Amino acid sequence: MLNRLLSNDFPRSRVLAVILVAVLLGLAFAPFIFPGVKALSVAAKVLVFIVLVASFDLLLGYTGIVSFAHTMFFGIGAYGMAMASTRLGPTWTALGVGLGASLVLSLVLSLAVGLFSLRVRAIFFAMITLAVASAFQTFASQMSDFTGGEDGLSFKLPELLMPSHEFLDAPFLGVSVDGRLLTYYLLFVTAVVLVLALLRIVNSPFGRVLQAIRENEFRAEAIGYRVVVYRTTSSVLSALFATLAGAMLALWLRYNGPDTSLSFEIMIDVLLIVVIGGMGTMYGAAIGAVLFLVAQSYLQELLRLASEATTAIPVVSALLSPDRWLLWLGVLFVLSVYYFPTGVVGRLRASATLDRGGLHGDKA
Amino acid sequence: MKALELDWKPLALVPLLALIALPLVGSGSTWLTLTVAGLAMGMIIFIIASGLTLVFGLMDVLNFGHGVFIALGAYVATSVLGGMSDWTGSTELWRNLVALAPAMVVGMLVAGAVGVAFERFIVRPVYGQHLKQILITMGGMIIGEELIKVIWGPQQIALPLPEALRGSLLLGDASIERYRVVAVVVGLVVFALLAWTLSRTKIGLLIRAGVQDREMVESLGYRIRRLFVGVFVVGSALAGLGGVMWGLYQQNVTPQMGAQVNILIFIVIIIGGLGSTGGALIGALLVGLMANYTGFLVPKVALFSNIALMVAVLLWRPQGVYPVANR
Repeated sequence: MLNRLLSNDFPRSRVLAVILVAVLLGLAFAPFIFPGVKALSVAAKVLVFIVLVASFDLLLGYTGIVSFAHTMFFGIGAYGMAMASTRLGPTWTALGVGLGASLVLSLVLSLAVGLFSLRVRAIFFAMITLAVASAFQTFASQMSDFTGGEDGLSFKLPELLMPSHEFLDAPFLGVSVDGRLLTYYLLFVTAVVLVLALLRIVNSPFGRVLQAIRENEFRAEAIGYRVVVYRTTSSVLSALFATLAGAMLALWLRYNGPDTSLSFEIMIDVLLIVVIGGMGTMYGAAIGAVLFLVAQSYLQELLRLASEATTAIPVVSALLSPDRWLLWLGVLFVLSVYYFPTGVVGRLRASATLDRGGLHGDKA
Repeated sequence: MKALELDWKPLALVPLLALIALPLVGSGSTWLTLTVAGLAMGMIIFIIASGLTLVFGLMDVLNFGHGVFIALGAYVATSVLGGMSDWTGSTELWRNLVALAPAMVVGMLVAGAVGVAFERFIVRPVYGQHLKQILITMGGMIIGEELIKVIWGPQQIALPLPEALRGSLLLGDASIERYRVVAVVVGLVVFALLAWTLSRTKIGLLIRAGVQDREMVESLGYRIRRLFVGVFVVGSALAGLGGVMWGLYQQNVTPQMGAQVNILIFIVIIIGGLGSTGGALIGALLVGLMANYTGFLVPKVALFSNIALMVAVLLWRPQGVYPVANR
């Protein structure tokens, strides 16, 4: 059963397994363990980012393609929900139409970008996606009649999912059972299903071909696999999953704007999470997302304290200002690419293999 | 360089694009204004792109952090020009030009010096690993941008043009901004210097040979690593110079400007063919002209038009107009 669910891709490290179970349980009972509006928002954001990062890992970690247009598809998903809900009113049909339309748009766009730029040179892909993504962001903020421009769109969800909808009169275990809670669990179930689906994809024969292409493109082609077809399929799949993650984000925030889903900073966050968590592992997405989003809130707090403690020393204080947290994340990013290329998951697996004498363990 | 078998078709693209735009723009004087503006923008972009394309061609290093040097150059220019307000405020042209010179030189020096550090700590440990290069230079870009914010602050800073370079010359009905003429002249000087170095000196010969076949040059006993460090530093310095020019062109600087220009630069070097200086010039002029024409005709799709241009060129020549490196 578990074997089927995880597609035979076990954590392969006891520590990793314990952490993953803790993350899963923590997210499953987040509304009850971590009370408060902010904690629940962080938990929901973790769910969204787990899906987004896992879908990016399919591209970066498994296929070895660097794309900077991933947030474009994330944004398409979020805008689909937002635009359909503002136009058609807060109904389930609107959500369905928005999701369907954005999935189709992502499919077409990713197919076009993939077929075109994966055909020329691999290195072009990174540059072309960067250009396309930035053009799309400009486009989205200029088309203010449809997208709300820089202000974005706030919208209502169907009654069932609104915070004002109470299911029980009295709070259950200290938590009011309302539409917000239902939305959270909707996201939770979606995230679990999507991550398991991605695990299934990367462990299928198709996923093995992707890894073969990552390791040696020429050899994969020589064995008889059409590299372009596999790469394009991989980038389309990852775009579709990113679109779903975007839809999840819009569902939770009931708002979408260029900064929340399209900005380049999100792309950098995603890169950072994949690298820290471990490229090509899927589980890394979950661990990285939790680590990163918690650090994002706490690092800024920590920096504020450090900055106040060093107000006497001008330059140091400016360096430690909470607004400069991205600087420290950048340093962390560079260091982790150097010294930590397999990320948390890779490290844990490697040490687990060592513990077993390297005889019975798989290659980590 | 290859005088005997000069491939003229890409060269014809620039006047072709200008001619196609003429009936669309309608009025001849507007067209002339836009064309000069496009050429000026193209020359500035070329200054920045030439370094990046050589770095890629020579060492197969793709530097996503090139934009940092652009922003750095521009910020240094704000400090230098801000400190010379009596010279920039003067209405005499020669005083203004004299004031610009130290801004450019200091901008280049600072960008070059940072380039040395960037090469040593960011690029060198990941030679030959494309994936890591992209990730790490991106990280370097983030760090550089944040450090600029620490030094100069996160807000936009105005970078006014010196007094005598403001305003425009009238040529018939067409008004041509004076600074654009300066930009074209500086761009031409840089191109001439680059072309001369590449085609008439021994170092240039080695660089060109290295771009075509690195191993062969190494096996002849030349230390191509050292050459590469030199090219990287010169490329960074040129990006710094381009940043000074770009900042003056926009008349303000923001920490994010490097990342924005970077996107244009990528389009340019893809169009030109990675590693080709001549291709970069053609790509830069095409992008500059295209940006100005579409900015006038249909402003909303300005950035898309450059992507469309790139797509069209790549469909014609999938390796860029002048493919050089055999990779």
